Amino acid sequence: MMSVENQLKFTDFKSDQSVKWCPGCGDHAILNSVQKAMANLGYSNEDVAVISGIGCSSRFPYYMETYGFHTIHGRGSAIASGVKVANPKLKVWQITGDGDALAIGGNHFIHTIRRNVDLNVILFNNQIYGLTKGQYSPTSKRGFISKTSPFGTVESPFRPGELCIGARGHFFARCIDKDLKHSVEMMEEAAGHQGTSIIEVLQNCVIYNDKTHNAITDKAHSEDRTIKLEHGKPMIFGKEKNKGLLLDGLNLKVVTIGENGVTEGDILVHDAHCEDTTLHLKLADMEYPDFPVALGVIRAVKAPVYDQCVETQLEEVQEISKIKSFNDLIHSGDTWDVE
Amino acid sequence: MGKRSKVIEKEEVVVRFSGDSGDGMQLTGTLFSYTSAIFGNDISTFPDYPAEIRAPQGTISGVSGFQIHFGHSEVYTPGDYCDVLVAMNPAALKANAKWMKPGGTIILDVDSCDEKNLVKAGYHTDDPIIEDKLGDYHIVKAPITTLTKESLKDMGLDNKSILRSKNMYALGLVYWVFDRPLGHTKEYIQKKFKKNPLIVEANLKVLDDGYNYGNIIQAVTPSYHIHPADIKKGKYRNLSGNTAVAWGFLAAAEKSNLKLFLGSYPITPATEILQELSARKDLGVKVFQAEDEIAGICTAIGASFAGSLAITTTSGPGLALKGEAIGLAVMAELPIVIVNVQRGGPSTGLPTKTEQSDLMQALYGRNGESPVVVIAASSPTNSFDYAFYAAKVAVEHMTPVILLTDGFIANGTQPWLIPDLADWPEINVPKVDEGMKDWNAYQRDPESLSRYWATPGTKGFEHRLGGLEKDAVTGAVSHDAMNHQKMVEIREEKVQRVANHIPELEVIGEDDAELLIVGWGGTFGHLFTAYEELTHEGHHVALAHFNYIKPLPLNTYDVLKRYKKIVVCELNMGQFANYLTMNFPDLEYKKFNKIQGQPFTVVELKEHFKSLLEE
Ligand SMILES: Cc1ncc(C[n+]2csc(CCOP(=O)(O)OP(=O)(O)O)c2C)c(N)n1
Ligand code: SF4
Ligand SMILES: [Mg+2]
Repeated sequence: MMSVENQLKFTDFKSDQSVKWCPGCGDHAILNSVQKAMANLGYSNEDVAVISGIGCSSRFPYYMETYGFHTIHGRGSAIASGVKVANPKLKVWQITGDGDALAIGGNHFIHTIRRNVDLNVILFNNQIYGLTKGQYSPTSKRGFISKTSPFGTVESPFRPGELCIGARGHFFARCIDKDLKHSVEMMEEAAGHQGTSIIEVLQNCVIYNDKTHNAITDKAHSEDRTIKLEHGKPMIFGKEKNKGLLLDGLNLKVVTIGENGVTEGDILVHDAHCEDTTLHLKLADMEYPDFPVALGVIRAVKAPVYDQCVETQLEEVQEISKIKSFNDLIHSGDTWDVE
Repeated sequence: MGKRSKVIEKEEVVVRFSGDSGDGMQLTGTLFSYTSAIFGNDISTFPDYPAEIRAPQGTISGVSGFQIHFGHSEVYTPGDYCDVLVAMNPAALKANAKWMKPGGTIILDVDSCDEKNLVKAGYHTDDPIIEDKLGDYHIVKAPITTLTKESLKDMGLDNKSILRSKNMYALGLVYWVFDRPLGHTKEYIQKKFKKNPLIVEANLKVLDDGYNYGNIIQAVTPSYHIHPADIKKGKYRNLSGNTAVAWGFLAAAEKSNLKLFLGSYPITPATEILQELSARKDLGVKVFQAEDEIAGICTAIGASFAGSLAITTTSGPGLALKGEAIGLAVMAELPIVIVNVQRGGPSTGLPTKTEQSDLMQALYGRNGESPVVVIAASSPTNSFDYAFYAAKVAVEHMTPVILLTDGFIANGTQPWLIPDLADWPEINVPKVDEGMKDWNAYQRDPESLSRYWATPGTKGFEHRLGGLEKDAVTGAVSHDAMNHQKMVEIREEKVQRVANHIPELEVIGEDDAELLIVGWGGTFGHLFTAYEELTHEGHHVALAHFNYIKPLPLNTYDVLKRYKKIVVCELNMGQFANYLTMNFPDLEYKKFNKIQGQPFTVVELKEHFKSLLEE
C-alpha cells in the first residue's frame, strides 16, 4: 500500500483501451466504481490481477491498468484461484456475469466459495446473456421471454445470494450499478474481507434486458423497495424511514414503525458477522413486491482462508520434514549401491 | 545349505506372484524385486491389479499380480511370459497359465484348491493342472496355508493374522528357488511392524520356514541361478513412471528457481502423480485438488500467469475436458505442462489398462489452429527425464507442452541411478527485465519467437492477456484479418522452432538394415528387446524410437528415407503412422497395431518382423 501523497487516482487504473460496451450499459458505472475503490484502497497497479471469463462484463480487464486476464467462459474463478494460491500477495479480483458464474461456471463458482479463496468476485447480474445477444440466463425470472424462450421460461432462477450462502459463503453483498457511492463502499468492504467475497451488482443491459431491475432501482421507488443493510444498524427503510423488518415466528415481516404498536426498538438489528446463516439467507432471498430487496453487506463472517492455509501448511511441513531439497528426497527411503 | 537337485542357469528370468487381492502379492513382489536389485540384477517390474477395488474373493476378476523381470544383463520390459509363477489360489493359476513359458515352474498353494475355489475360478474338475494341460511344467504343489498355520501354531496369533502371513511363506520359498539372501526383507519386516513385535516375529518365522521348506522339497523343485548384471556403478533406487514424472517436475522447479504448482483431479492411472506431489509440501509444492479437470488446468494456467511452474495431470477423458483451456494457454502463450497418462479408450474404456490412442487428441484435440509441443516418455525411469524436459521446453518457449506416458510405464518400475542435479541443464526463464523499453506482451525473442514472461507484482509491466486474438505488435485485442493469419503462423512456427533445441533422432542398428522398426512412447522396451533378439539371431533390423512428437526431430526425414521397409508399431489404430504420412507423404509405412489394453509381447513383435523380412 502507498503513502497518501503518491496514492493513485482512479484515473490511474484506466487502461489506454477504449471502452466498447453499449452506451448506457450498466457496466460503465461498475468499471468506475471499481477504479474508485482501488484508488481509495491505495492499491498499486502492479499488485492487482483482474481475472474474468467470457461475456460483455468479462471484457472488463482490458479497461484496467493492472495485470489482467480475460479467460474462457465460466472458468474465471478457477483461474483466479490459481493466481491467488500461486501468489497470495496479489489482490485478485474476478469479474463475471450471471451466465458465466452461474451457468457454465456454476461448479467453479460454488467450489471457490466453499474453499474460501481470497478473491473479490463481482457478479454482474443483468438476468440475460448479453454478449450472445439476448438469451435467458440462470437468473432470469420464471416465464421470462427471450430469444430462446419465446413462450416464456419454464424454469426457476438461481438467487445468487442463496447459492453463495448455500455453498458456505462467508461474504455476500448486493448493490445497484448506477449507485456509485454505495457500490464503491461495497467494493471496499469486499476487499477488506479475507476469503471469497461475492458482490452481486444489479446491472442493466440496455439492449437486451432494459429496465429488468427497474421496479427496485428506479429513483422514484427505490427507497421503498430496497433496504440498505448496515452491520449494527436497525433494518429500517423507506422514503419516510418508517418501515422496518422484524421476525414473526421463523419468518421476516415488513412493519411500519408507529403502527400496531411497533416501535423502533422492535426492529431487527443487522448482524452481518453472525456465523449462523438463517437470517442472512432470509435477507438475501427477499424479493419485491413481498419484501424490499436487500442491498449492502448481508453476510461477512471470518473463516479460514484457503490460500493462507496452504501457506501455513507448507511452512508447518517444511519445519518438521527432513527433506529440504530435491537431493534429500531422491536419497531418502530404500536405496542400494552397485559397486 | 543342502545340495540342489536341479539348477537352471539363466540369463534372465520372469517371476509372477499372483493371488487374491487380499493375499499381499504387491508387497511380496516389491520385496522380491528389491532383493534382486540389491543382489545386482537389472530389474523391471509391473503390477497388475483388478479394476474393482473389492472384486469377489477367489474369482479371476479378483486376481492381483506382480511381475518381475530380472537378469544378468540389462532388461527393458517386465517380460511377457513367466518362468516362475506363484499362484496362491486356483483363480491365479487359471488367469496366468496361458502366460507361462514352456518348461517353467508353477508353485501352487494346493490348500486353496478346494471345491469352492475351483468352481469360482471356473474349473470343472478337481485337478486344475490336468484340466489346464500343465503337465509339462515343473509343478510344485506346496500346502502353503497348512504350513503357515503349522509354522505359527504356538505364537498365539489369531487365525486372520496367521493367514495374512501366507505371502511371506511363499516369498521365503521363492527366495530359496533363486538362492537369494533374506536380509533386506527381514529388515523391512522389522521396520514396518515395529509397533507389533509379535507380528514381526511371526513374519520372520514364516519367511525362514518358507525358505527352509525349499531345502526339504529340493528333490522335486528346480532352482534358478541368475548372476548379477554388469550395471553402472552408483546409488540406485526403484522408480515407477508416475513417481518419475512427479520428481522430474520437482527437479525442473529447483533448476528453474520457480515454484511448482499442480492443479489436478484424480483419475486412473495418473492419480499417483497428484498424490506424490501432494506429499511434497516440504519442497514447497502447491497442489490444488480441483473440482474437475477443467478447474485443474485452469488453476494451473492462473498459477502460470502468476509466475509458477504450472502443471496439470490427467488421463484421456480428462485431457478431453481440458481442451478449451489448453487453447487458452496457446493463445496467451503461457507455459504449462499437461501430463496425459494414457489408458484404454474411448470414454471410460479400460481405465486400468494401457494404450497409446490419445496421440491425435494431444496433437489436434482442440478448436482452432492450436499447436502445442508433444513429448512422450518411453520407460518408467525416463519419465523423469521427459517431465524435466517438458517443463524446460514449456518455460523456455512459453508454450503448453503435452507429456504423454501410459498406464504401462506409469505403473512399471525400474532401478534408477540417482542423479546429481548439477549434471542437468539449466532452465532459462524468459522473464522480462527492467531494461526493456516500450515492452508489450507479445514482444518476442527473435530466435525462439517466445514472448517474455511478466508476472503480476512486477511494476511497469502491467498487461492484459486473453483468449481473444491479439495484435502482433501492440498486444491489444485485434480482429484484423491479416493480423490473425500472421499470429496463427507465428504460433505454429514458435512450436516448430523447438526442434532446434531437441536432440536428433537416433537409430539403433545399421544404416542399411532391411527393416526399420519405428515406435514412440511406452513401447520402447518391447521394441528394443525384439530388435536386440532379432539382431542376435542374425537379422538386419534397426530401431528408431520417438520421444519428441511435435515438433519431430529435424533429421526425421533423413533417417526414415534411408530404409526400404518401415514398420510403425503402436498400441492404437495407427495414429503415429498417419502423422508420419502427413509429414512425409512420399515414404511408405507399414503398420503394426494392437488395441487390447495390453503392451506388445516380444514374441508377437519378432514373429511379425520376421514375416516382414521374408516379404
Ligand atoms: C464454451 C463457450 N460456450 C458458449 C460461449 C458463448 N457465450 C459467450 S458469453 C455467453 C453468455 C454471457 O452471459 P453472461 O455471463 O451473463 O455475461 P453478459 O454478457 O451478460 O455480461 C455465452 C453463452 C462461449 N464463449 N464459450
Ligand atoms: S449488450 Fe447489454 S450487457 Fe452487453 S454491453 Fe450492451 S448493454 Fe451492456
Ligand atoms: Mg448476463
